[in-house]
Amino acid sequence: MIVIEKSLLEKIEAEAEKSYPFECCGIIFGSIEKNEKLAHSIKSIVNNFGSGEEHHRFLITAEDMMRGELYARQNGLDIIGFYHSHPDHPAIPSDYDRDHALPVYSYLITSVKTGRADITASYVLSDNKFTAEEISAE
Amino acid sequence: MIKVLIPTTLRSFTDQNSELQLEGATVREVISALADEYPNTKKAIFDENGVPRPFVNIFVGENNIKKLNGYDTELKDGDTVMLIPAIAGGAPEKSLISEERAEKLTNDEIMRYSRHLLLKEIGIKGQKKLKAAKVLIVGLGGLGTPLAQYLAAVGVGTLGLIDFDEVDSSNLQRQVIHGTRDVGRPKVASAKDSIKQINPLVKVETYNTMLTAENALEIIEQYDVVADASDNYKTRYLVNDACVLLGKPDVFGAMYQFEGQTSVYYAKEGPCYRCMYPAPPPAGLVPSCAEGGVIGVLPGIIGTIQANEVIKLIVGGGESLVGRLMVLDAWKMRFHELKIDKDPDCPICGKHKTITELEEYDYEEFCGIKKQQEEEAPVESITAKELHRRIEAGEEITIVDVREPHERAIVKFPNAKVIPIGQLARRQNELNPNIDTVFICKEGKRSILAVNTLREAGYKGQMYNLKDGINTWARDVDKTMPQY
Repeated sequence: MIVIEKSLLEKIEAEAEKSYPFECCGIIFGSIEKNEKLAHSIKSIVNNFGSGEEHHRFLITAEDMMRGELYARQNGLDIIGFYHSHPDHPAIPSDYDRDHALPVYSYLITSVKTGRADITASYVLSDNKFTAEEISAE
Repeated sequence: MIKVLIPTTLRSFTDQNSELQLEGATVREVISALADEYPNTKKAIFDENGVPRPFVNIFVGENNIKKLNGYDTELKDGDTVMLIPAIAGGAPEKSLISEERAEKLTNDEIMRYSRHLLLKEIGIKGQKKLKAAKVLIVGLGGLGTPLAQYLAAVGVGTLGLIDFDEVDSSNLQRQVIHGTRDVGRPKVASAKDSIKQINPLVKVETYNTMLTAENALEIIEQYDVVADASDNYKTRYLVNDACVLLGKPDVFGAMYQFEGQTSVYYAKEGPCYRCMYPAPPPAGLVPSCAEGGVIGVLPGIIGTIQANEVIKLIVGGGESLVGRLMVLDAWKMRFHELKIDKDPDCPICGKHKTITELEEYDYEEFCGIKKQQEEEAPVESITAKELHRRIEAGEEITIVDVREPHERAIVKFPNAKVIPIGQLARRQNELNPNIDTVFICKEGKRSILAVNTLREAGYKGQMYNLKDGINTWARDVDKTMPQY
């Protein structure tokens, strides 16, 4: 389960709408206690995918991640996951998502239908498969 | 001592430690020390061959070691080494075939389609979609040939073939799906045999009929994508309209002499054929390949481009020709690309649609076919046999050959006067209005144009059109003459 404040979730959804028809992406900071993650803040990342495929791809470069790691440690936090949007696609991980996912992290996906944020769902990779993770919005 | 920072995703390998203190003078030594202390980290960072996995980056301070000295980057006491994963993802490629519909491949298929599976853009996923896909090819002539051959070879699961025509020996110069012994057979039957030879795993549905406003929706509905390989405007508008109404892409190709055009008309994503061409040219103005000719390889080039577009729509990804028209001049060998915009006033895909069903729409009238037939009616025709009889009877008749010089080089008509259509009006005084004049061309279409041209120019003499052209003369009168 990932516990996330409602206002933070709304921030992600607003960003997904703003980026439409392109994908948005960002890092989620927080803490992990056993199987429960507590989201604290988010950092939006410029989608670096380029090559005209930003409408259905996102990339957080190693440099962005390095800065994210440093930021987390300076603030006593951890990177606990990532969020991205699926413009005009359901909030279900694609094969591409799965092929590029890493264990432990939460992958929040916000579906955007013709410019309006629809559903946000979270997934965690385990045994090379995505399993749905409960989002508790407070 | 070197500080090593471990990201959350790798902490299961380091007993949940997020920060380690290790010894080492280079990055390689530190990573080696890490692997000694936590052997599982080795598996996470390196593959079986000891090559670092592409998603793991190593930073010293704020610098990626790729920009420093790689694994040999030297470290000094107090440096920080960070293991950083790269993060990517995204929505699935837009494809006509959903992942649920994709069909499993057998071992034989994996072997057969191996060169597709090696492409990461297609891979198993794309090939499974091709297997599930249903493609309709409209017309099994020049363009339909490579479409059917390649789409069968690459493993499109179901191919629909529609054509009412039979194989003629003049088709064989470019329609290589048909062979010499197929002459006289229905094109769909001949094509089906060839496809089965290329790839017996493909299901083939044949429609030995003309695509009409009555049957178009019913047939096209069953397919994911339509490849328009037809040779006439009526069919092109019909295919386009049916595709727009059913929400399917129309992968278009056309050609004449040395010029070819191809595009993807897909109203969901961009313009349709009517956005590009709101109306056809007047009937008879643009000659068909049967009248104007076409270089044999041109349909091979244009048809394979269409096949390529079909594959991309099914697999998903790449850049499709939606909104772009590729024009090829094969004589000069130059490709040009034209941008096509969606027309907001398009009668079928625009804001105010006026065409909402096919059966009420008069395609014959829209394409000027009816009007042409009405205009043609008053032109008197004479058959080859009748003309022969009158010549044999010693009647005085003027015969005018309106064909092009290079056509006359194929076969000359005995005792014919040669006047190109363009010169008829001003050279009409060369004709005697008191003597019957018969105009000849290859098929009996340009000769009708010749009669109408002279009539408009005020010529008063009796004029005839040799029905069905010089080829019927060769067939019915002088069998030593070639047909073309």
